Amino acid sequence: MNAILNLASRLLPGLGRHDDVYAFNGGVHPLEHKAESNTRPIAKLGTPKTLVLPLRQHVGHLPKVLVKVGDRVLKGQLLAEAEGTVSAAIHAPTSGTVTAIDEQVIPHPSGLPDTCITLSCDGLDEWTSLQPINWRLSDKKTLVDSLRLSGIVGLGGATFPSHIKLRSNSQSPIHTLIINAAECEPYITCDDMMMRERADEIVAGIEIVKYLLGAETCLIGIEDNKAAAAEAMKAACQQGQALVKVVPTLYPSGDARRLIHLLLDLEIPSDKRSTDLGVQVFNVATVLAIHRYFAFGEPSISRIVTVTGNVASPQNFEVLFGTPLTDLIAAAGGAQDDTSHFIMGGPMMGFDLPSSQVPITKAANCIIAAKPDLFPAPPPAMPCIRCTRCADACPVNLQPQELYWFAKSDNFEKARDYKLFDCIECGCCSYVCPSTIPLVQYYRYAKSEIIAADKAKEAADLARERNDFRLARIEREKLERAQKHAERAAANKNEASAKADADEATPSATPSDSPVSDKQAAIAAAIARAKAQKLASGPAPDQPPASKADAQATPADKQALIAAAIERAKAAKLAAAQAGLAPKNTENVSPSVQAEIKETDAIREKARKLTESDTSEPDKG
Amino acid sequence: MNRSPYISNAPTVSTIMFKVLLALVPGIAAYTYVYGAGIVVSLVLATSTALITEAALLKLRQRPIQPYLMDLSAVVTAWLLALSLPALAPWWLVVVGTFFAIVIAKQLYGGLGYNPFNPAMVGYAVLLISFPLIMTKWPAPLALADQPLSWSEQVSFIFQQNLPASMTVDAISSATPLDYLKTQLMLNKDVASISQAPIFGYFGGQGQEWVTAAYLLGGLYLLQQRIISWHLPTAFLVALSGIAGAFYLMDPSHYANPVFHIVSGASLLCAFFIITDPVSGPTTPKGKLVFAAGVGVLTYLIRVYGGYPDGVAFSVLIMNMCVPLIDALTQPRVFGHEK
Repeated sequence: MNAILNLASRLLPGLGRHDDVYAFNGGVHPLEHKAESNTRPIAKLGTPKTLVLPLRQHVGHLPKVLVKVGDRVLKGQLLAEAEGTVSAAIHAPTSGTVTAIDEQVIPHPSGLPDTCITLSCDGLDEWTSLQPINWRLSDKKTLVDSLRLSGIVGLGGATFPSHIKLRSNSQSPIHTLIINAAECEPYITCDDMMMRERADEIVAGIEIVKYLLGAETCLIGIEDNKAAAAEAMKAACQQGQALVKVVPTLYPSGDARRLIHLLLDLEIPSDKRSTDLGVQVFNVATVLAIHRYFAFGEPSISRIVTVTGNVASPQNFEVLFGTPLTDLIAAAGGAQDDTSHFIMGGPMMGFDLPSSQVPITKAANCIIAAKPDLFPAPPPAMPCIRCTRCADACPVNLQPQELYWFAKSDNFEKARDYKLFDCIECGCCSYVCPSTIPLVQYYRYAKSEIIAADKAKEAADLARERNDFRLARIEREKLERAQKHAERAAANKNEASAKADADEATPSATPSDSPVSDKQAAIAAAIARAKAQKLASGPAPDQPPASKADAQATPADKQALIAAAIERAKAAKLAAAQAGLAPKNTENVSPSVQAEIKETDAIREKARKLTESDTSEPDKG
Repeated sequence: MNRSPYISNAPTVSTIMFKVLLALVPGIAAYTYVYGAGIVVSLVLATSTALITEAALLKLRQRPIQPYLMDLSAVVTAWLLALSLPALAPWWLVVVGTFFAIVIAKQLYGGLGYNPFNPAMVGYAVLLISFPLIMTKWPAPLALADQPLSWSEQVSFIFQQNLPASMTVDAISSATPLDYLKTQLMLNKDVASISQAPIFGYFGGQGQEWVTAAYLLGGLYLLQQRIISWHLPTAFLVALSGIAGAFYLMDPSHYANPVFHIVSGASLLCAFFIITDPVSGPTTPKGKLVFAAGVGVLTYLIRVYGGYPDGVAFSVLIMNMCVPLIDALTQPRVFGHEK
């Protein structure tokens, strides 16, 4: 079927400009709304009074803060370094003083506050000393390691630390680099404008990334609604550094797997990464940042942001990270009076910002001022009529109507069987749903429930494993103890008979003659005393049945003690059984084990009483 | 607070249903031309019954009435049922059928989106089993009647079963071509001589051909509007004409040709309006092909071997039962997965 479609798309006139492009299933084409913001050049936004830098601006571990409140920092200085494998550094976007390291509202769908470094800017914009690196003269490992200090993350919105994607992998060498310049979400034009204005720098970045990956070819995927950008990129690639490929405007062509399929007719298996098949994808803005890091030593301190929607003059701005959203909105002529809130990202996958005070972060590719007319609240959802418009639109070829049904009825196993986790949450299904069902929210809910259940199951498995191990250990220790006892008993027997022999052999020995036998006599006396004492006091209920003090007791004594202990244990068990408390699993074990259990219980009881008295004491006082 | 996607580009359920109704208008016009205005009365009766029972059941089920009445799905069911019934069906037949379709087949299963069976076909099947005599008594097309009933006489007949003094019920009714063919074949006549009867037109029933052509027009409109997918009508028509063609080639004197089967009875209404009900149909592209082909084959077999003149309703209901199985077995390959 796909072969026929591909053939048809090649034969049909009008599709000819998308040479060698392979269609994916579904997709939608919303109104583009790009013309509002791509008519003005990129403007540089000035330095605000304060910058708020969230530590969480990337996927992975939080970086380690290197500065403290009161420190003066210079522009480009490292404020927090990457910690762990997947992490990214944070740098000072300008010079100034650290005034706070505390929790503030960050641009995140949860709306929850997170740790941020607040920088009071001094307006001097004084650079730290920068170290450009001539990448042509350095080896790859050094370059990638140094990139870890750059703080560069994927600027398309995914914010995955870039240095990890560039690490060499001998198992699956990269042969093709794909530059994602599709920018398929409506409203967003930051990549479009960047390509028009900075194509040469982008191509310089492409050369570096190609070198680091060892990729032979590079394809740049650009949607056909950005003709000027495609022309600029083609002009910059005169020497064949990369091949510009124009793809049809069809959301979500900017999804990495969709773009790879479009450009290479290569379907990345669900359980593999594109790098397993020798393909790596970088956003166009990210390669530009990599170029600036090596060419000028500039770390990641700013990005280009589209400000559009209900503002007076929509435009793209180069913005320092940490800049308050209000400054950016003011620069775009301010938001109109009927603005209800702001959206970060595009209208298909973006989210509502919790306030207009949030800072601009590495993930902020677009800010849309929203008003009810622009994004009206959907009418109440109607029942699904199984029209399968969603299935027709799904770029992953899922059956969204079935997934919805399973998610709604908490039938999560079925949802998993129907490949719920292949859903990329692009929103195409909701976009075309006549019943206006918030399908993506159902899928997110089902995914989180399944993940939580998996985690709980994992924890239960771990606990069971631990318990099994503990039981095995107790059993082993028991055996070891029994063995030790047997050995010791045998040793005592030998010693006793040897002593008797010795006594017989030296009946007339005087104390002065033999200091050794003196000592033995003293020990024997001490033992006799101890025994007498013990007999007098009687067997204490909490006394261990096989006392260590009886190390030298005769086997007969010891047997008697053990017998007594067994009697005690039996009596205790009988009493417990009468009280209905007998632990059922101890019935079939040997008497010595039962005695041991009894001992353990006695210790526990003691400990319980102890803690009780401990906790009750303050009340008394 | 909204959640992404913030934008949407979908016709509402009401719009979809309205377009289906619109697509039925040419068929209704042709029907009226061929059989008279009785059908309009039936449509009005069915629509009112559907809306009243739907509202009552929604109230009983404590659901919002207005949005569900406005979705027009009850009206679509009512129209499809009315168009399936014999022209000049008595008023209570229409009311009882619609009542069953809406109350039993739709609302008691949970309303819009939850009915496993096509409501109109459930209503039709109930009437066919309960009142077989009336259900098989079609009036002759006006053009063929000795004394065509005037519109007011039709209305009077629907409500009071009154006929002008000079007429009997037999005078205005006639067998449908499918029915006639079946009974005549049992008398060992061959197809060629049977189709010389005046109720046969160029391809199928005299007059009925025009109604069929109008349904085709409406169906093409629905395809163009992307309200229905091509899979269902195509597979149904291919399967029906395929099996009819196979039988016809075996023995042309005993089996009617495929074109006759396509233009007769409810074939095209079924192809474009009945099996295209999304709620009770399959969802996967392959499943749609299987489902529609199944309906086509069963329709033919019931027509030829069954006890009823047309087999559409039972075929659809039988295939409705298979939908969960069909869907489960025809899941398309997900991107990045092996089949």
